[in-house]
Amino acid sequence: MDWLSDKAVYRLREEADLPDLGGSKYMVLHKLGSGGMGAVYLAQDVDLGRKVAVKVMNIADSTGALASRMMREARIVALLEHPSIVPIHDVGVLEDGRVYYAMKLVQGARLDQFASGAPLDLLRIFQKICEAVAFAHARGVIHRDLKPENIMVGPFGEVLVMDWGVAKVLGEGEGESPRGPGKAGIELQGFDDADLTATLPLASGRESGDTSSGMVIGTPAYMPPEQALGKIELLDPRSDVYALGAVLYFLLTGRAPFDSTPTADAVRESTRKPPPRPRQINSSIPRAIEAMCLKAMSERRADRYASAEEVTIDVIKFLDGQPVSAYQENVFEKAGRWLGRNRFIVLLILTYLIARLVVFFSMGR
Amino acid sequence: MVDHPGSGRFPVTRLSAIIGTSSPNPEERRRAFEALVSAYWMPVYKYIRIKWNKPTEDARDLTQGFFAEAIEKNFFARFDPSKAKFRTFLRTCLDGFVANENKAAGRIKRGGGATILSLDFDGAEQQLRIAAPPAANQTDEYFEKEWARSVFSLALESFRAQMLAAGKQTHLRLFERYAINAEEEEKPSYKDLASEFDLSVTDVTNYLALARREFRRIVLEKLRELTATDEEYRREARALLGVDLNGLAV
Repeated sequence: MDWLSDKAVYRLREEADLPDLGGSKYMVLHKLGSGGMGAVYLAQDVDLGRKVAVKVMNIADSTGALASRMMREARIVALLEHPSIVPIHDVGVLEDGRVYYAMKLVQGARLDQFASGAPLDLLRIFQKICEAVAFAHARGVIHRDLKPENIMVGPFGEVLVMDWGVAKVLGEGEGESPRGPGKAGIELQGFDDADLTATLPLASGRESGDTSSGMVIGTPAYMPPEQALGKIELLDPRSDVYALGAVLYFLLTGRAPFDSTPTADAVRESTRKPPPRPRQINSSIPRAIEAMCLKAMSERRADRYASAEEVTIDVIKFLDGQPVSAYQENVFEKAGRWLGRNRFIVLLILTYLIARLVVFFSMGR
Repeated sequence: MVDHPGSGRFPVTRLSAIIGTSSPNPEERRRAFEALVSAYWMPVYKYIRIKWNKPTEDARDLTQGFFAEAIEKNFFARFDPSKAKFRTFLRTCLDGFVANENKAAGRIKRGGGATILSLDFDGAEQQLRIAAPPAANQTDEYFEKEWARSVFSLALESFRAQMLAAGKQTHLRLFERYAINAEEEEKPSYKDLASEFDLSVTDVTNYLALARREFRRIVLEKLRELTATDEEYRREARALLGVDLNGLAV
């Protein structure tokens, strides 16, 4: 028997770990990355001759619930043809029972690895996220698990909102929830902190059930209080608005609003403390942006923006140097913003006035 | 799918060798012990050398003695899968065995030098010389790692035999070149392989996919053989390959 070096063992393990897509039209090339619930592979679509990303779950789907959920996610995403929403091409089950889905190959970095850069650049990225979510809302879909890990940023600044696995089509009964009909939901009790850092239904490995009241879906570090409390019936576009605010908070401060992941009890009792204001972490953040973030993250739903579109409008206004609805400026701030917006004209007038003064004094001599 | 040449110990459906050690059929018992010894002797020997700091000769005697006693007293049959993994059980038995032998130092010598099993101790020594020794507090992890190395080595051996028997030499050479050529930092690209083997990139992709599928099947078979229950098999598959077979008929 030959002796295998550590590297050879590692490589063989890597090879054996590659999923067997033998029965499908996909051929795995190599692993792109992995997370708590599965791994993503670069694969070749043999029929169409294109490269795709194939996500394979770690969990074997013995009951078919996971496959149903994935299929439903694919159908929801199919409703959302938008440049910032990654299309799913295919869903299937491997011979070993694991579910996979093939999606468009996305090049770029996850937003949680990207939160560095000038605030205005980050705000432009945020604008695109808001636009994608607003588009989904316009088609009656709420995401319910918006977080930096579910957002990709491409090399040319393109933004892609991913993982619509726990999305809800408004007006659709929860019995037909994305995670399969008639299943029992996830009880928060018994989850440890590590479970709570990722999307609950999959990361725990405990396949859940429907999203009936009292059950928690999503990611606590970014979710609104009504979602954390499992009040599923209260979830609406404003719940995504809260999560958008939390994503903006992350972009501004480099950390999740609830950076020490709340314990299960803390979420259940809604005792999580409000996060420090963004300007407490970074005083250079403009007050208007902070106000937008805090408005989106209001505890009371009625105090938040009514929709992702309203958030988008405020972001665009800020980028255009206009006043935003979330922030009441004082006179000096108004003047400062006006000066900032009209810098060229102000400079021109000042130059003109100085020239006039020079001429006036030189004539007086 | 590659035809199985029937040279393996359990060529068609690998049964649990652990369960096989309790079989009333002596031939099946013999094959079961053979399977367990072939998977575990190397980790056992290295573990004795490293953790118990035994010189070569003593480690050889202890390894032989341990497996001889396991066969004689059939203590693998005492394994209770609800309490631990088999290799944890085996390691505990081994620690007990070595401790006892230490207490009665003469007993090693009583059977000292007697060769019961044909094991390549020189090869094991060579490996020990190449690899960096683990830290003193990491001998358990070391045993696990050596066990994984042993599983993959055995699987590779079976894989080679089966691919050659099936006339798939090119598949085998490609797989070896791609997956276990440890001299290079990066794996060669499919394009490089295509040029090296005078194949198209599509052929390389197809050949590697088949080889990979076969290798994975053999690794899982090997795991099946070295575990006692479905539950343990699933756990090991999860640990070794990352797949969670929980709830799936296996």
